[in-house]
Amino acid sequence: MSNKMKLSGLTDILKDLDVESLEGVTIEGDIELDISGGGGLNPAMAYALGHEAAQISLHVANIARMLGYPVDQLFAASMGGLPQVPVAGQSRIQELIPAKLDVAKMSEWATPIQEVTLGATSADGGSRKNTITLGGENALPYYFDAEMPHRNYVTMDVFDMPIGMAKSVKGNYEDVINDPAEWAKKVVRDFNADMVTIHLISTDPLINDTPAREAAKVVEDVLQAVDVPIVIGGSGNPKKDPEVLEKAAEAAEGERVLLASASLNLDYERVAKAATDHGHAVLSWTQLEINAQKELNRKLMKQCGVPRDSIVMDPTTAALGYGLDYAYTNMERIRLAGLMGDEELTFPMSSGTTNAWGARESWMKESPLNQDSDWGPREYRGPIWEIVTGLTLSLAGNDMFMMMHPTSVQVLKEITQTLYGSIEADEIDITNWVGAEV
Amino acid sequence: MKINSPLEAYKFLPGTNCGECGETSCMAFASHLIDRSLKATDCTPLVSEEKYKKKYDELEALLAPEIREVVIGVGEKAVSIGGDDVLHRHKLTFFNKTAFAYDVWDTMDEKDLVERVNKIQDFKKFYVGDFLTLDMIAVRSVSDDPAKFAAAVKKVMETTEFPMVLCSFNPEVLKAGLEVAAEKRPLLYAANKDNWQDVAALAQEYNVPVTVFAPNDLDMLKSLAKTFSENGIEDVVLDPGTFPTGKGLRTTFQNFLKIRRAGINGDRDIAFPIMAVPLTAWMAHDDDVSASYWETVVASVFTIKYGDIMILHSIEPYAQLPQVHIRDTIYTDPRKPVTVDPGVYEVGSPTADSPLLVTANFALTYYTVESDLSSNGIDCYLTAIDTDGIGVEAAVAGGQLTAAKIKKGLEDAGFDMKEKLNNNVIVLPGLGARLQGDVEDETGAAVMIGPTDSGRLPGWMEQNWPPKK
Ligand code: B12
Ligand code: SF4
Repeated sequence: MSNKMKLSGLTDILKDLDVESLEGVTIEGDIELDISGGGGLNPAMAYALGHEAAQISLHVANIARMLGYPVDQLFAASMGGLPQVPVAGQSRIQELIPAKLDVAKMSEWATPIQEVTLGATSADGGSRKNTITLGGENALPYYFDAEMPHRNYVTMDVFDMPIGMAKSVKGNYEDVINDPAEWAKKVVRDFNADMVTIHLISTDPLINDTPAREAAKVVEDVLQAVDVPIVIGGSGNPKKDPEVLEKAAEAAEGERVLLASASLNLDYERVAKAATDHGHAVLSWTQLEINAQKELNRKLMKQCGVPRDSIVMDPTTAALGYGLDYAYTNMERIRLAGLMGDEELTFPMSSGTTNAWGARESWMKESPLNQDSDWGPREYRGPIWEIVTGLTLSLAGNDMFMMMHPTSVQVLKEITQTLYGSIEADEIDITNWVGAEV
Repeated sequence: MKINSPLEAYKFLPGTNCGECGETSCMAFASHLIDRSLKATDCTPLVSEEKYKKKYDELEALLAPEIREVVIGVGEKAVSIGGDDVLHRHKLTFFNKTAFAYDVWDTMDEKDLVERVNKIQDFKKFYVGDFLTLDMIAVRSVSDDPAKFAAAVKKVMETTEFPMVLCSFNPEVLKAGLEVAAEKRPLLYAANKDNWQDVAALAQEYNVPVTVFAPNDLDMLKSLAKTFSENGIEDVVLDPGTFPTGKGLRTTFQNFLKIRRAGINGDRDIAFPIMAVPLTAWMAHDDDVSASYWETVVASVFTIKYGDIMILHSIEPYAQLPQVHIRDTIYTDPRKPVTVDPGVYEVGSPTADSPLLVTANFALTYYTVESDLSSNGIDCYLTAIDTDGIGVEAAVAGGQLTAAKIKKGLEDAGFDMKEKLNNNVIVLPGLGARLQGDVEDETGAAVMIGPTDSGRLPGWMEQNWPPKK
């Protein structure tokens, strides 16, 4: 039997092979597709035709194979053994150039951040179950240049009187809002707080003007109620705070609390003395200004004699969308300066992450502007506002977070500890994420 | 950038101080080249005169950013990514904000796909006088069927001008997409260690940017990028893999740091924009809220640290709002305060009995106050004083908001209180209370002190307006 066959004859055979959808296409002469039908060829049409043509060639190949033609060898030869269709006409790149990525570590990060330990156990004359050490870094957080010695910690806010709170925050505290000790218990027991901050805001002369001595009792109650290290905050009133913090420091003698805060606009000497007299650490708070931070730290060390291992800085947290760009860069610059040897800035940092709840995106029911896309439910919007605010500062070098919403605390801990390296999880195979059904 | 002082740039300029660039001297122009606020092409003589050709070319080479800039898409919606010169934003600024691509997939039914694309392209959030928006659509081939993929790509193109990322590891699928969309300059995703020859050939044939993907294998990633660029494919994007959880995420973070540090430090073979895929968070979490939260968290990490483009899935507002804000936070130029033009603005429809309020021309301040007023239906005149873009509180402390400035602000705006108002009253922000006496002396107006937070203006108005005689 002759194994020669005219292509035009194939068209007839194809008719019998259920490819009648190939209208307007004829195969002629030496494998040439003649596409009739007029007009330009749009890409979709070309695609469809290509698809049909591929179908035909399969049929042709099958027929050719039936007729004894060595189809497979031919294909194998033309495709270099690969079962893929060659995709481009140009000459293909033949070889991968081998390469190795070498990255130098940062040699200028030669100064470690000071370690500051908060809380005291019975061994040190306190009654805390554990202590917490902040600082000690030799690199920016989670960098490969040097392991970070301590993870980030979260201290949750407790107030000595009911205060205004965003709705989704308030829901978590309604049962304890009149009882700081119970409130403290709840954040440790239910919300996994590493520490508790008791804010003595009722002492503000413009609020309740609670006497310092009475406020100190609340501190004692909280120390009784929980066994984690604590932070003690005043009301923010620059006249009253030194006195309040003095009495509180006295009441917390032996427990090595963090006193919040010394700042340039109040009698920082008194606050510093209250800390050193009773063995506490002090929070050095300035407002988004690296030089002011240096100045205050210098004064605390030189003028007030606060030891280096008893200073934590709060360079101010501005919420996402409300100045976080300043706050982030301010902290990052402070940390970089510290690592590069500026001894006035080598201290661990704390962030009032709760400030995120000041941004209207976190608490407003809906956007005040009708051109905005829907803001969605605030129950979900608020916590993530607090998380992203804190997370951003963690990447700038912040060590400790003062926070309010339980979900925010949980997720922030999860992400900072993941980057820190202490969270185990099943490895997810992402090699074909493109095809994932999500 | 290979040079860092104006003097070094000056050597390549004509030196005639002709002023065509709008600067008073070539040296002034040179300093703008170094801070990247002007481009070499802004010096007309340099680009147009033959005799400067060599210098111009040399200068361009020296000024080229360390990280290659890659353009995806065409026309008004095209996005540029990469182009950075520093590791920390305070050293200069970060250029080309991270491009956010949201995914659609080729197994979606058409109606859902169109609806989703529309949601993505219509998203907007007002912020300091402008809208924050999204950028791109990533089309994923889930079917692995070229025809299905091409159809999905086509539908996306019909629905939006947003640039696309064409996602598949199958070269035939990518080719089918390119045949439909090549002239829109989509980004190809992705070449990996198995398909790279075919994908490279596609990038060459269709002249489109291409992503190389080597999950957690930086040597392979560099090898792919080097091979591509040495063969003339220079618009390369790097995906070192985004592992969404545990140690994998930590490693991913460190991979991003390594790539960018090497690139900024001069390793040209790896100096390309980086892609993150926070969408992988959805492979680790089952419920939508957890997945959206974790995706947002991962996206934030890589917006802050060196992701130039990312592929995302959640279109929940509580995921998108923080994402567009954190991106704006990181990419705001730290060198210039964001300002509004000084002047007297009408909020609502003020009359002669409405109050005249004073605020700063810091954009955040102005728009916060403005929206507090307008959203509460308060009609008034709001004066933005030229405080050099400093907010009220800091400007009072720093001396940019003074009685003289307030007087000048009203004069410059041509606002004659006697003619426009029946009340001759100026309302100062609570935080500017200490200016009260001075403002009264300078302007002859009566001054009232508003609340410290403009959010409390509605309540304050109820109590204090109209003023009692
Ligand atoms: C961000 C910030 C900066 C930024 C400013 C960036 C900018 N473009 O404005 C930078 C880092 C540059 C800065 C610098 C300084 N700052 Co500063 N800074 C802040 C910070 C953290 C936030 C300010 C802010 O942006 N708030 C948000 C905006 C929207 O607020 P706002 O403009 O005041 O507007 C609100 C109200 O005033 C009111 N409002 C506004 N307009 C109107 C109008 C009417 C009619 C009404 C009724 C109300 C109203 O409503 C608004 C919304 O709530 C504050 C601390 C804080 N408060 O948290 C310190 C703060 C303002 N800074 C302060 C100081 C001292 C300074 C410096 C002098 C520091 C220094 N030693 O160099 C410099 C001065 C710089 C200058 N003026 O040239 C002090 C001011 C102290 C004081 N009250 O006298 C503060 C309070 C910190 C502190 N306690 O020490 N600062
Ligand atoms: S246009 Fe060019 S030559 Fe003229 S002043 Fe500017 S930099 Fe100099």
